[in-house]
Amino acid sequence: MKHTLVARVKHQPGVLSRVSGLFRRRAFNIDTLTVGGSEAPDYARMTIVVDTLRTPAALVAANLRKLIPVVEVIDVTHMPTVERDLALIRVKCAPSERAEVAGLADIFRGRVVDVAADSVIVEVTGDAEKLDGLLDLLRPRGIIEMVRTGKVAMLRGTASSSLRTSATELAKGA
Amino acid sequence: MIRTGGQIVWECLVREGVDTVFGYPGGCILPAYDAMLEYPVHHVLVRHEQGAAHMADGYARASGKVGVAVATSGPGATNLTTGIANAMMDSIPTVFITGQVSSKVLGTDAFQETDVTGITLPITKHNALVTDVREIGPAIKEAFGIARAGRPGPVLVDICKDALQASTDYDWDSYPGYEGDPPRSLRKEDVQTALDLIANAKRPLILAGHGVMKSGAMAVVQAFAEKTNTPVALTLLGLGGFPASHPLCLGMMGMHGEAFVNVAIQEADLLIAFGMRFDDRVTGKLSTYALNAKKIHIEIDASEVGKNVRVDAALVGDLRTVLESLMPEVPSRQHPEWHARIEEGKAQTRSLDIISRPDEGRLLAAHVIHDLWRATKGNAIVVTDVGQHQMWEAQYYAHEKPRTLITSGGLGTMGFALPAAIGAKMARPDAEVWVVAGDGGFQMTQCELATLQQEKLDIKIAIINNGFLGMVRQWQEFFYAKRYSATPILSPDFVKLADAYGIAGHRVSHRNDVIPTVEAARASGRATLIDFRVEQEESVYPMVPAGADLDAMIRRPAAVAVEALGVRA
Repeated sequence: MKHTLVARVKHQPGVLSRVSGLFRRRAFNIDTLTVGGSEAPDYARMTIVVDTLRTPAALVAANLRKLIPVVEVIDVTHMPTVERDLALIRVKCAPSERAEVAGLADIFRGRVVDVAADSVIVEVTGDAEKLDGLLDLLRPRGIIEMVRTGKVAMLRGTASSSLRTSATELAKGA
Repeated sequence: MIRTGGQIVWECLVREGVDTVFGYPGGCILPAYDAMLEYPVHHVLVRHEQGAAHMADGYARASGKVGVAVATSGPGATNLTTGIANAMMDSIPTVFITGQVSSKVLGTDAFQETDVTGITLPITKHNALVTDVREIGPAIKEAFGIARAGRPGPVLVDICKDALQASTDYDWDSYPGYEGDPPRSLRKEDVQTALDLIANAKRPLILAGHGVMKSGAMAVVQAFAEKTNTPVALTLLGLGGFPASHPLCLGMMGMHGEAFVNVAIQEADLLIAFGMRFDDRVTGKLSTYALNAKKIHIEIDASEVGKNVRVDAALVGDLRTVLESLMPEVPSRQHPEWHARIEEGKAQTRSLDIISRPDEGRLLAAHVIHDLWRATKGNAIVVTDVGQHQMWEAQYYAHEKPRTLITSGGLGTMGFALPAAIGAKMARPDAEVWVVAGDGGFQMTQCELATLQQEKLDIKIAIINNGFLGMVRQWQEFFYAKRYSATPILSPDFVKLADAYGIAGHRVSHRNDVIPTVEAARASGRATLIDFRVEQEESVYPMVPAGADLDAMIRRPAAVAVEALGVRA
């Protein structure tokens, strides 16, 4: 079973190596891990997809919370979320096929972002299933190169969330 | 006020109540050592940085305060790592301060540069690399807060030499420190489940660990055990957290726990775990562990709950706080049949006990420990090394009070005893401190005999000398067809060695010399080493082989007794 954990962490040197070191040391299985900025410059957000076959997600979260720079961890797997993954796919494409590939990308709300003599780069954003769907269609044409960002996630709705920087913290210039 | 980085280190330590540190100077930490002379802190110069780490650890275990060790960059810091890992495994509040090369040359493989925060990442609760003098104060204040908070542990602060040399405004009160997590409230349904399990149990057992002492929960644990009439089994690090003489105390559980204790665990219908982590040395094979028992786990570290053993009610929080809130609702119980059942096992255990057997002129380690307990009336702080003698100590030295057994549990660090005892004695100068070590482990850190003498410490040392790396030899005897690969070990003449350091030395080879020699050492008022030449091929019984069912123990052979044991040439 895959679980999606979202962590709010202090934006400081070494925080990523602490998190990845924990996963390595405890033999937790990471599917994807993304890290980047948040609404507050002093904090970063991580979205971690873990395989919980060996270790329950609650135990992974409890271990993450022990890391001092980790402020909060929420398992959003069973919560309403917006989830996105981005892929850049370089696919073989003769000039005569460009329109067809662009059309395919369009169905998945992707687009062609670069064109070479015998290939194009398709950019597509969405949840993992959508990306997999497009990849399945492009694969027979020959995927030359591919990169995916891994999943990022945010809770839907307006309910307050401990993943957000509080108004007080933001006021303090966090 | 304006201070150099080096001064700020000591300003912070003094502010944290530190009056003793253990360390070794070197190039990158020099600015701090220079500043040290201006501050009321006693520096104990060790002979190897591993010793400094263990001393800080022993100091913390004996006192409950934060132990501090200081070392220079590179090899100074890497020598600390065994001691840091040891403190991590046993949750000992310690702060390590290391010098680092100048921030200008960081990452260039400069002389004595090592990525110390990288190396210690998995063996510290937290660590920090400080490159700017303005960060030194905040980092040290935070380090002490983290070391003490929740489940304690080691924190390392690695400070660049140029930061130590630079100056800045020092203002303690402006540093945020470590706030920690606010205590979580218990879930009502978990509390109710726990109370129901306690009310309905017929064969309950308390498993008490190190957390009892860490949270200062001794009194409430005893009150709980008495109110619910529940027997108490202890982990190695839990010894002393519940009085050994208490009628409900069963003694140690696990790999070398008494057989009746492990059998009781397997027969129990409720295990109530207090501040312990179901370590593999305690559980044996997990898939057959206590299958009849429901489990309640009261533990401060949420990541320990459900890690090894599935529990029915988890109460995450400080043990003492949780138990005190629970006590008014805890039902009074009586379990006469259960106690009678356990008593049967106890009687059977006694019949195999080496203490009940004649020595027939031979010196058995268990007898030495038993006599040491008798001579010291159980009042000493005993600091052990790791191996057979450690298990015999746990079995035959009855600990009544917390912080009277100082031993390396989780990491099993040979060489721990002597330096840890130095730390313990410095924390509690009025206490009688005994080192109990094997001839193997003692040689790993015996250089600290010089530190002991330099500090004029009255520490007694009992070397349980069997000419083998005894515990490994025992495994070879049981599991490797007595192929004694690399376990016979040559030792120096320990009496002469003691003499070389100006320490009194005695050798004991007969049982009837044990108590007189121990008494003489106690009366002498000076550091004394006693080399106990014990039976070479004696084993610790009972033993649960690693990975075996908890009640599948190797018992002391009933008839073989001491006759079959090898006699020293």
